[in-house]
This record gives sequence, structure tokens and C-alpha cells, in this order.
Amino acid sequence: MHSGKIAVIGDKDLILAFKAIGMEVFSATNAEDAEKLVKKLAKDYAIIYITEDLAQQIDQLLMKYKTKAYPAIIPIPSSQGSTGYGIQGIKKDVERAIGTDILFNKEN
Amino acid sequence: MPEKLKVNPTRMELKRLKERLKTASRGHKMLKDKSDEMIRRFVIFARENKKLREEVEQELANALQSFLLAKSTSDDFVIQEAVAMAGHEVELDLSTKNVMNVQVPKIEIKEKDVKEKYPYSFISVTSELDSSIATVSELLVKLVKLAEIEKTCNMLAMEIEKNRRRVNALEYVMIPQTQEAIKDITMKLDENERSNTVRLMKVKTIIQK
Repeated sequence: MHSGKIAVIGDKDLILAFKAIGMEVFSATNAEDAEKLVKKLAKDYAIIYITEDLAQQIDQLLMKYKTKAYPAIIPIPSSQGSTGYGIQGIKKDVERAIGTDILFNKEN
Repeated sequence: MPEKLKVNPTRMELKRLKERLKTASRGHKMLKDKSDEMIRRFVIFARENKKLREEVEQELANALQSFLLAKSTSDDFVIQEAVAMAGHEVELDLSTKNVMNVQVPKIEIKEKDVKEKYPYSFISVTSELDSSIATVSELLVKLVKLAEIEKTCNMLAMEIEKNRRRVNALEYVMIPQTQEAIKDITMKLDENERSNTVRLMKVKTIIQK
């Protein structure tokens, strides 16, 4: 079963900040590393935060984890700011559920 | 037009099909209601999810930027050393919640007495680091909340899609097929009856002659 721990996957500079507040951090710079890490960490971490740029590259893999309650794999912005991938994910969910996007059409 | 069901035109079959149609229509109605309710709840979650994500993204980006800044003002190894040992570990309380028969995660942070918020001595590092770490740790609650809600949204969306497929299968395949089969059987039975009557009439006239 999953232990109540949080993992963060991201580039080295960024993850130090999370380390300081007690999350366990793993550095990955390319999609391959990230993929391996996610597969490994998914077994016992409850929440995995992964930076958006990496998440975007391993989109296919992350889809697999969407159906189970744990782990929750959540994209977070990197220090360069958000790429919009996270918001995109919500948008996709809404479209999947309702068939059309009702939350975002106000802005664009 | 969905494929026709192959059935024997018997009364027993007719009875069975009628029963099945009744069940199917009832199931269809219930699933449709379920779908409506799930969508209602999903929209609430999705709104919250969006709001929370926007907030978190904004604040996190700021915090990380200030962290990078802080990092650049002191030596690399000083920072490495400073954050290497976290003052406390985040522990979560995991359980699942039932939302419309979907097991969604429920995550709570176990409150632990935080002995030291800053896991380093203040001599070696700059105050920028302090403030960026303070913001990140304040964000923790929101981050965990986001994880919970976003996952709930994901799962609900999947479930709604699945449910809709079921509703459609019932509405456009199962129910019309059964109705068609019932109609076929009724017609066939009527036809048999008519031919029987005609035969009897014929026999009667032959006998009368």
C-alpha cells in the first residue's frame, strides 16, 4: 500500500526547495529518467509532483495512473513559470466529462 | 439501425424480452440520473480545481523564483548543505472517499509538531532563502489539497465517460433491439393466429359441403 509520503520529480535546482520542507525529491532531466522514476515511485508514494515540462513528455505514462485513487501525479510549474500544461489537464477532464469546455471559454 | 436480434417467435421468448426491456429502460433511467448527478458534482470540483491550480501555479512560481534568486546569492554547496536535512518530514493521512461510487482519494496532512521550520543555521544563508522556504511550506497545504481535488476530477471525468457509454449503449442499441424483437414476435404470433383462423374457416366450409 502507499505510504503517506510525497515525492517530487524535477530538475536539480528546483527540487531543493521542496526538500527543505520535507518532501522526498528525485532529480530527472529527461523524459527517460522521469519515466523510470514515476514507475518506481508510483508503488509507494501517495502524491508525486512532477514539473510540467517533464510531465508533458511522459503524458502517455501518466494517463495510466489516472484511474486509481493513488498515486496522484500532479504537474507543477517549474521555476520558469507555468507552461499551461496543468490547466490544460483540467480542460481535458472537463471536455471528457461534459463534451464541451464550459469553464474556460470565457477567457478565450 | 442496430443489428436485429435473432429470436424464436414464441410466447415464452416474448415474455422474456418484455421483462428484459423493462429492466433495460429502468437501468437506462437510473444511469442517466447518475450521469446527471456526477456531472453536477464534477463541475463543482472542476471549478475548484481550476481556481486552486491557478493560485498554486502563481504562488509556486513566485516561491521558486525567489528560491533560485536566494540560491544564486550564496554558494552552491552552502545551500545544498542547508536543505539537505529537512527539519521535519511531511506525513500524509490517506484514505478514500466515495463520490458517486467512485473511490476518490482523501488526503490529509498529519499534523506534526514542527521542531524547526528552517533546517539550517541562520549564519550561513541569506534571508531570501528563509522567505522562499517559508512560502513553499505555506504552500504545502494548498499543494496537497490540489493533489486531492485534481485526482478527484480526473477520476470523476473517467467515470462520467464510462457511464455515458453505458447509457448510450442502452439507449441506442439494447432498447431499440429489444423493442424490435418484441414487435417481430408479436407480428409473427398474430400472423400464426390469423392463418390458424383461416385454416379453421376453410376446414369448416369443406366439412359443410
